[in-house]
Amino acid sequence: MGEKQQDDSASAVKKKKETVANLEKLGQRLYDQMEQGEFPWVKMPSRSIENIRYNPDLRQYVLGERFVKRSARNIRHIRPLSQLVWTAFFAHKLSTQRKTSTLRDVYYSAQAYQMSFKDQSESDNVITDLETVIGLAREDFNVFPEERSAIFGDLTIEYNVPGYEGKRMNLTSHPDGLMIGPALTYSEFVKTSADKVFAIEKGGLFTRFVEEKVHEKFNALLVLTAGQAPRATRHFIHRLNKELELPVYIFTDADPWGMHIAMVIISGSANAAHLRDLTTPDAIWSGVWATDIINYDLPSDPLTEIDIKRLHELQRDPRYKDELWQREIKIFLKIRKKAEQEAFSRYGLTYIVDEYLPAKLEETR
Amino acid sequence: MTQTFEEISPADFFYRNRDIAGFTNPSRAVFASIRELVENSLDAAEIAGTPPDIYVRLTFEEDDQESGIYKLRVEDNGSGIVSRHIPSAFGQVLFGSKYKLKQSRGTFGLGGTMAVLYGQITTHKPARIVSSTGSTKVYIYRVMIDIQRNKPIILERRVLLNKEQWHGTIVEFSLEGDYFRAMPKILEYLKQTALVNPYANITFIDPKGRLFKFSRVTEKMPPPPKETLPHPYGVDVEMVKRLVRVTPHQKMMDFLSAHFHRVSERIAEKFLEFSGIPKTRNPKKLDPQEIVRFVQMLKRFEEFRPPSAACLSPLGKDLLTAGILKELKPELTIVCQRKPSTYAGHPFIVETAIAYGGEIPKGGDFVLYRFANRIPLLYDEASDVAFRVIKSMNWRRYKVSPNMPIAVLVHTCSTKIPYKTVGKEFIADRPEIKREIQNGLREVARGLQRFLSKREHVEREKRRLSVFSKYLPKIAKFSTELAGRERQPEIEKLLRSVNTSG
Ligand SMILES: Nc1ncnc2c1ncn2[C@@H]1O[C@H](COP(=O)(O)OP(=O)(O)O)[C@@H](O)[C@H]1O
Ligand SMILES: [Mg+2]
Repeated sequence: MGEKQQDDSASAVKKKKETVANLEKLGQRLYDQMEQGEFPWVKMPSRSIENIRYNPDLRQYVLGERFVKRSARNIRHIRPLSQLVWTAFFAHKLSTQRKTSTLRDVYYSAQAYQMSFKDQSESDNVITDLETVIGLAREDFNVFPEERSAIFGDLTIEYNVPGYEGKRMNLTSHPDGLMIGPALTYSEFVKTSADKVFAIEKGGLFTRFVEEKVHEKFNALLVLTAGQAPRATRHFIHRLNKELELPVYIFTDADPWGMHIAMVIISGSANAAHLRDLTTPDAIWSGVWATDIINYDLPSDPLTEIDIKRLHELQRDPRYKDELWQREIKIFLKIRKKAEQEAFSRYGLTYIVDEYLPAKLEETR
Repeated sequence: MTQTFEEISPADFFYRNRDIAGFTNPSRAVFASIRELVENSLDAAEIAGTPPDIYVRLTFEEDDQESGIYKLRVEDNGSGIVSRHIPSAFGQVLFGSKYKLKQSRGTFGLGGTMAVLYGQITTHKPARIVSSTGSTKVYIYRVMIDIQRNKPIILERRVLLNKEQWHGTIVEFSLEGDYFRAMPKILEYLKQTALVNPYANITFIDPKGRLFKFSRVTEKMPPPPKETLPHPYGVDVEMVKRLVRVTPHQKMMDFLSAHFHRVSERIAEKFLEFSGIPKTRNPKKLDPQEIVRFVQMLKRFEEFRPPSAACLSPLGKDLLTAGILKELKPELTIVCQRKPSTYAGHPFIVETAIAYGGEIPKGGDFVLYRFANRIPLLYDEASDVAFRVIKSMNWRRYKVSPNMPIAVLVHTCSTKIPYKTVGKEFIADRPEIKREIQNGLREVARGLQRFLSKREHVEREKRRLSVFSKYLPKIAKFSTELAGRERQPEIEKLLRSVNTSG
């Protein structure tokens, strides 16, 4: 297998520079407005439901033409605007000092500056505003979610974080996999022998794959999404697909929730319609399908009311319009059963790796 | 079986039916007695044209606190009573000087006498009356009532020299009562009386020796009511028969213009033409059927001018405001006096007020103060027309929200208040009166609304300004740091513009 060299050698570093520049520009704009005797204001695309649409070309949700203006002249806007400016200031500080923070951390940090948020959801919301205003994800300005997922496989990366600059690491070096945290997210890809990526919903199966040397047998990088993939992980998968041109195969439980984990990796969520580079439109949901429950005669549970309601929602969702999704939804609704990834264990511990995986790769290639 | 028939006197009738005059039980009886005597005193002071000074004292009879026997003494500086009428004024039911057509508190010649009668039947003691009209003499009477004959029994009559030209009346008698249960109502009554009579001094000493003093805030009294003739819309067959009996006039023309209110010769002529009665017809020759027809025609003729309000004596905006300020101590008072109006030939005027804030209690429904001819109405609030009008109004339209400290006041003056009971407790639902109360309340409610809106506006502005001066400097500070500038931008002007822009 050919090794792939990163051509755009410093994409992560470039992104950092862009972030800092955007934040500074925002500050300058507001400053100039005030200098000219104007109430400071910002304009950003509206994130209201009516302004979110699915873009079939980009294969993700995007924001429409509607804009909202936040002006300090408006009594209802001035407080959120001041919160936005503070958040930009704080993000700038994090980025230039190369420190990271979490959503919760930001919420608490505000108090040190006599800025107040009613609750964390208010501060989370202002962070999303800032993403919309500067057009970058919060991870770009070093604010990460609490949840972490992991990666394992033959990929060598080079760190950018302070104290580790230039240091390289091969992602097979730890059998539990490496956490996709801030440092890994913005590391540079140096080389890999892998030619595909497996994204796996559950920790148990991830460990099984490592033990069964799936990464070697299949030449794959293994990514544990740990349920719904965090944005940093979705961005990481996007990079593996874009920068290293690796095809991505997703394995989830056979139920509407598993399906949707795959779909969010592929097409993103409405919540992130203001952001790009979080989706991997070419990624493939390889299983476990409703069809597989029948074909492999998997031990199953009956669908609950909530499962069925969710399936009906997905049926109408524009992201699910393709044939595969519609077909599987129909079968779910017909057989009224669901199964977990672990269900393959009824055929022995290695069956999933030895039989199911090759078959499904063949089927969905 | 043979039935036996007997005739009873008016005193006997009210003795048997004292409930209808408000003397239901010992507690109501003390309240009603004080109220009737105080109202007589207020009427008398108005006749004399002097601001009333009324002194009320209730004491335990002979230090015996257990018996529930009290002595009540009410003293005033009013007109006094002509000596020969004193015994009947207090010893004869339905004897009085207020049957005339003008506004007064008393009506039937009943209240004061009922109090004395109640005292007599519970203690069997005479009443003592001291009175002078300001002449050289002061008269002192001790009287009891011969209930079966409705006549006073004079036990003692004394005449003193009136060196100081004192005028006024002192009434003193004993009665059974329950002061401690009646106390809240009595105090409320005095307070509200002080409110609608802000030119009166009222002093009350209760059986425990506690002093309650309600002082006047003005010497000005509303112009006294003038006596008036009956209005053609307000008379009935009996009234016309009486007029016919006493009239010296021989021609219908003269009869009409002499005995009826607001009937000029021109109108009289028109009316007679309308009703087909010859101008020269002698009223004394009208037969009963003609009188009935005459009364019917009076009601049907549409060109009589409405009765004048000269026989009424409303409080007026200034005095009403003064009374409210003194007794309720609100932050805001809005008063309204409606133009005179009539129902069934009786003139009336409605005055309304709203008091807001200050010491007005918060919470629950509004406090409603009802008055009729300058006396407070304290019982049966829910049956009163004013109460119903308030309930039917959409107060939210006037920015009034529940739990606001609001008191509403309605005062109705008339030569004939349409009470539903003899006890003067609540006013009936006459559509004409209801409409005036409604209009009056709407007007003061609009005033309140203007006040509330303005205050809301001011408060919103204050809040607004504080929000701007809190957050604008923060925006300035953090964008300065973000932009990497040294000096903060000029925001003083922006803050000033917020202040003035409104
Ligand atoms: N304090 C008083 N001063 C002057 N006159 C009084 C006083 N109290 C009673 N009177 C006279 O006695 C009459 C009878 O009084 P009352 O029985 O209370 O009937 P009313 O007040 O309804 O006329 C009154 O009409 C009035 O002429
Ligand atoms: Mg009276």
